Parts: sequence; C-alpha cells; structure tokens
Amino acid sequence: MNALLRGCTVLACLGLGLGLAWSMLELPPAPIQMPGLVASHMDQSGVDHPVTAVLLNFRGYDTLLEVAVLLLALLGMLAAGTTPLHASSFKEAPMLTALARALTPIAVLVAGYLLWAGAFKPGGAFQAAAVLAGAAVLLRIAGLLPSWTTPADGLRLALAAGLLVFLGVAASGLALGGLLAYPPEWAGTLILLIETSLTVSLALILAGLFLAGPDSRPPEEQS
Amino acid sequence: MSTGLLYAMTGVLLFVLGMGGLFLRRALMTKVLAFNIQGSGAFLVLVGLGQRSGIPDPVPQAMVLTGIVVSVAATALALALIRRLADNDMGTGDEP
Amino acid sequence: MSAWLDPVPWLILLPLIWATLAFILGPRRGGRLAMAGLAIQLGLAVYLATQMMATGPRVHSLGGWGAPLGIDLLADGLAVAMLLLTQIAALPLVIYARAYFSASSTASAPQWEGAPRRMVPSDQFWPLTGFLLAALNALFLSADLFNLYVTLELLTLAAVGLVALGGKPSQVVAALRYLLVSLAASGAYLMGVALIYGTYGTVSIAHLTPLIGTQPPPAIWLAGGLMMTGLLAKTALFPFHFWLPPAHGGAAAPVSALLSALVVKASFYLVLRLLLEPLAPMAEAVSWLLGLLGAAAILWGSWQALATRHLKRLVAWSTVAQLGYLFLIFPLLAPDGLALQAGVMQAVSHGLAKAAMFTAVGVLMLATGRDTLDGLAGVAGRLPLTIFALGLAGVTLMGLPPSGGFLAKWLLIDAALGQGQWPWLIIIIGGGLLTAAYVFQVLRQSFLTAPESTHFQPVPRSMEWTAFMLAAASVLLGLRGVEWIELLAVV
Repeated sequence: MNALLRGCTVLACLGLGLGLAWSMLELPPAPIQMPGLVASHMDQSGVDHPVTAVLLNFRGYDTLLEVAVLLLALLGMLAAGTTPLHASSFKEAPMLTALARALTPIAVLVAGYLLWAGAFKPGGAFQAAAVLAGAAVLLRIAGLLPSWTTPADGLRLALAAGLLVFLGVAASGLALGGLLAYPPEWAGTLILLIETSLTVSLALILAGLFLAGPDSRPPEEQS
Repeated sequence: MSTGLLYAMTGVLLFVLGMGGLFLRRALMTKVLAFNIQGSGAFLVLVGLGQRSGIPDPVPQAMVLTGIVVSVAATALALALIRRLADNDMGTGDEP
Repeated sequence: MSAWLDPVPWLILLPLIWATLAFILGPRRGGRLAMAGLAIQLGLAVYLATQMMATGPRVHSLGGWGAPLGIDLLADGLAVAMLLLTQIAALPLVIYARAYFSASSTASAPQWEGAPRRMVPSDQFWPLTGFLLAALNALFLSADLFNLYVTLELLTLAAVGLVALGGKPSQVVAALRYLLVSLAASGAYLMGVALIYGTYGTVSIAHLTPLIGTQPPPAIWLAGGLMMTGLLAKTALFPFHFWLPPAHGGAAAPVSALLSALVVKASFYLVLRLLLEPLAPMAEAVSWLLGLLGAAAILWGSWQALATRHLKRLVAWSTVAQLGYLFLIFPLLAPDGLALQAGVMQAVSHGLAKAAMFTAVGVLMLATGRDTLDGLAGVAGRLPLTIFALGLAGVTLMGLPPSGGFLAKWLLIDAALGQGQWPWLIIIIGGGLLTAAYVFQVLRQSFLTAPESTHFQPVPRSMEWTAFMLAAASVLLGLRGVEWIELLAVV
C-alpha cells in the first residue's frame, strides 16, 4: 500500500473519530428511557439482577442466537480441519502441573458460585463457563487433559446440550403466547435450568476452541 | 462532561484506532487484535452514551455482554483459521 | 390463533433445531434431517405468505414483552418475499448437496498435500447449513437493530465456516479474508447501533422510524453512514467486492450456490429495509451514490467474468455484476413501488439462477475433474441436461423474456423511463449484453469436440435434475412473478 493511501486512511479515521466525538457532545436526552421500563418489569422477570433479566428474559432471544454463534465458531474450526495435538507438545513442568491440580477445584467452585450469583448480582452462565474453560486450558497446558480432533458422540451431545435445552424452553414458551415466553412463577426455575445447561456446554465449547486447535508443528514430528 | 460521555469518547478513540489497524496493518494477528480493539470501542460507546445522563442502564450492558461473546467466537474462529494456515505452510512448504 | 401454529417463530426455531441435531448426529450425518426440516420450512413460508396476504403484516413479540422492552419479529411483504426465496432455493440445494458429497467422496476425494487426516469436506456441512438458514430467516424477520447485529454475526460465522469447509489452503485464505472484512463491517454496523441507542434509547425499528423523523441530528447521519458502509461491504458491492470471487469461487459447489444465491442478499435486504424505514432521510443523499456503485459493479464484474478462464470464478464474478442491478433501484425508488418490485424480483430471480449456475458448474467440474473453461469441450454431448440448465440460468441473468430476470429489468426500465432517468438504460442494457457474452463463452466451449483422451466421471442424475429445476424456476418466475410482487404491497 503506498504512502498516499496510508495517509488518506489515517486522515479518514481521524476525521471519523472527530466527527463521532463532536456529534455526541450536544445530544439531547434520549426520548425512551429503558432503565425505568426494565425496573417496572423486574417482578415478572424471575430474577433480581436487571442485567440477567435483560439477558435471559427481556432480550433472551439475543442470548439464544449468541449461544448458536459460539457453537458455530467451533463448527467452523472443525470444518477447516484440525490435526491431532500431542500431549507431549507441552514440556514437562512440575510447577505448572501442581498449579493446575490445585487451581482446578477452586475454578469449579468459583464457576458454581458465579452461576448461582447471576440471579441477583453480576455473574451468570457465561462468566462461569469462562472460568471452567480457563481451568481446562490450564489442565491442557499441564498435559493433564487430552486434546481431540473430532468430538466423540458423548462430547457432541454435551457441546450442543445447552443450545438444545434453550431451544426446548424457547419453543415451550409458544404455548404461552410467544417464543421464549416464561410464566412469571416459573421464570426463575427455567432461567436456572437454561443457565446451568449453558454453563456446561459453553465451558466445553470455549475449552474446545483451544483443545481442538490444529497442531502447528511440522508433520515429521507427528507420529 | 458526564462520566458516561467520557467513556463514549474513549470508545470512539478505540474504535478509530482499531479501524485504522484493520486497514493499515498487514499481519493477520495484528488485524485480529485491531478488530478486538474496534469492537471494544463500539461496546464502550454503547454503554457510555446510553448512560450519559448518569442512570445505569441494564439494556446496553446486556447487549455488550452479548457482543463480547459474539466477538470472542469470531476471534476464536479467526485464530483457528490463522493457525490452520500456518499449519499448511509448515506442512507443505519444505516438501518438493 | 394459538402461538403454537404461528409460522414466524418456527421458521427460525426449526433450522436451529435440525442444525443442532445434525451436529449431535455426527460428521456427514443429517442430510435427511435437513431435507425434512426444509420441506416443513417451505410449507411454513408459503402458509405465512398466504396468511399475510389475507390479514396483513404479522408481529410476533418474543417472550411476550413487546418492543421496546423485548424484541419483536415482523413479517411484512418484503420479509416474506425474501423468506420464500430462501426456502425455495435452499430445498433443491440440500438435495443436490447430498448427492454432491457422496459423489465427490467416492470419486476423487479432493486431497492435497498436507491434508489433515480423516477429513472429508462434507464433515460439518449440515449443521453449518442449518445455522446459515436459521440466520437468514432470523435476519429477514428481525425488527430490532441490535438483534440484527447478532443475526449478521451468526450468518457471517456460518458462511465463513462453509467457505473453509474442507480446509484447502486457498479456501482457508478466502475464508479468513471474508471473515476479517465481515468483522470490520459488523464493527461499523455496531457502532451505528450504539449511536442510535445513545440518541433515542431504543433499537426497535418500529419505534425509531417516527423518532428519527426527517431532521435527524448529526450523530444519526454518522450512524447511518457507518451502518450502510458495513452492510455494503458485506454485500460485496463494488468497490468492496474483492473478497467475493475467492470466497464464492473456491468453496464446494453447494456452498457457493448458498452464498451467492442467498447470503449476499441478506445484507442488501437490510440496506433496503433501513433506507425505506428508519434511515429514510438519508435515502435521497446516498441513492445516487448507490446507483453509481451498482453501475460500476455491473460493468467491472461482467468484464472480469469475461476475462477469467476458471469456471467458478466466472460465476462468482457474475454475482458481483448481478448485485450491481440490485443497487440501481435506489435512485429510482418512488411511491409507485416499481423500483422496489424490480429490486425484489432481481434478488429472487438472481438467487434462483445463480443457485442453478453454481450447481450446474459443480456437475461439470465433477464430470471433467477440472475447473477451467477449456476442460468443458465435449460436455454438451455427455451432460445435455446440465448445459441446458446453464443456458436457462443464463437467460435469466441476461434478462431475456420470459424469465424472472426479464421481469426485473423490465420493471427497472419502466421505473427509469417513468422518472426520465434514461441514462440508467444504457447500464441495464449494456450489462445484459456483457452477460450474454460470458454466458455464451461457456456454452460455446461446451459444444466443442472433446479430445479422444477425455474421460468423464459419471455424475448422479439427481444433481443434474436439481440444477435444471432451479434454472427452470428462475425462467418460469417471469410468468408467475406478479404474485410474488403482490406480496410487497403488504406493509
């Protein structure tokens, strides 16, 4: 790319930034105020934390599609092809192994807490799953967890279970008048059901994005 | 200027930095990083501008959580494809 | 009416369910599931269309909340016209794909140096296709700007996965480039959504349209500009077309067909929807620019199609050109609705014709084992049905009567003449001539005599027939297209 084009790109980005910043300065207050609207519906949402209520109830459909997006990332990776990753590709490291062994139970505990806490304070399935997946990555690096190239039957079921449960709950809402409609008295239980199954599946998907990673070593080292 | 607006301004800065990086940098890894910076900028604007009056708004916060997961997924796929590419280069580069 | 029987949510739920089940079933499984699912989806789409014609547009409030607190789905004429196209084009493609993957794995499995072990190109095709169709249906039905962002990302990731399917290095490069362009574009779109939410406190299109009114503040102009630029990059409108030929030209034949026929139309649909409704004040300012870019796309895309010697590249460049016609409608949009009808007719007829063309080319490539024009010599005698399909699809792309493409171009010319904007005629007719040139180039080559040594692989009949059905549908659309257009009156 030549210097002139680079200069123009820099100028365009600069102009866009200045324009955006300027346009925000004198905005009048928004005509629709969502905080009040959300607060007035909290008692029907089944949870006590407004973000969780928006995420899993008011705008639960976004979350449903987003779980599919995450599963798709793994599918795309499998479609492009993976090659087996050897347990020995990471050097023996006694400290790392000990650390992984010590941290994993704590990670499981923290994930459980985050899942439970999501109902009334920041937390929830995604946070819990991220912690679990982090533990899996650590175990993998320490050589304590095997990698896989194509998920076996049971693993595929576990990877997709969260989405399947979510879809099932969403569809049963149709009986009540709308996709994803929960009866207020059942909303808390249903959200917990969705969040729990999502935690397992999302943790496996996130971990899978690392564990199923293609091997970057030259082929002669592969046996 | 309210705190929310300050966040939004920072978001604009990150957004254009990321945008510039996506256009100007050639290395694939840098591009993926630039995309993440650009996305973070948009998230900050979404949260910051929505709360410029000082009242916390759960709706953009939930949207940003959704957006973060989406961009994690996209980043993972991009990284996997980049590794697949590196894999292929190594696998076939030295062979006749 | 009970919500159980409402086709709107089921059009999104069904493909999500069968895609997930296909993934659980395992690699290469799920073809029958996909066919069954799509057959039901087609039924639902037709049912929705007839229902809507009788009772007007349908709103489905997700979770029962209703916008602006919740997300609404909206089925109006434009959305349902696109839904019909999606299910009608996808069903034959799924039938074709089953035969294609079984034929290409038994014949000569496309192996290359450094190919990963135990990898078959069809491994994840079914779940990816299911999610792709779910994303398309969800996108056409969504009436919420942020939800549209999520559906766009769902669509992108499914499409990128499909491009990378098989993992050939050239495919991975194309997939990665497609992904990076799409991500930058989504980022720009999201920034626009952030500005709009910040300004008005909602992302529901129905609430935004009256709020934005006719004199929006500068922030909304910037938001609109960012969203439009992002969506145009995703549609591969000239000069953002550079990612399309390698991505569509390098993928497996059924994948190319899905991408060219449907995926690029989704972001076009959004451009149209946004400029018709919430961003209407912008429409006048950008319509000429969009029209000119469309004209450039027609000329440049057709020229490149004429210059390439690779079959699939030719068809992919033809997509770049045909997308240009979709954008010619913007300077001609008027209350009489002619240009809008022309745009939808062009989207539908190009969708069917391009699906036919990629499937036919897939047949030819499987038979000859090559992807070049020169390899085609003699195929007309061996695969007359496929060449006939290719010719019929070409008739639609050229815009000859009685095809759907003719109807689209006729409406477009009608709109241009009605408004005294005759210079567009030169582009419309010139583009048609260039199209004829590259289509005849393929046909001429296939009628040449084959060298003695040429060996043709046998190809399943079902592949030839699906290609032919798609092509025939694109031509017959010209006779039955009026009913499709009547859908658009439902707003």
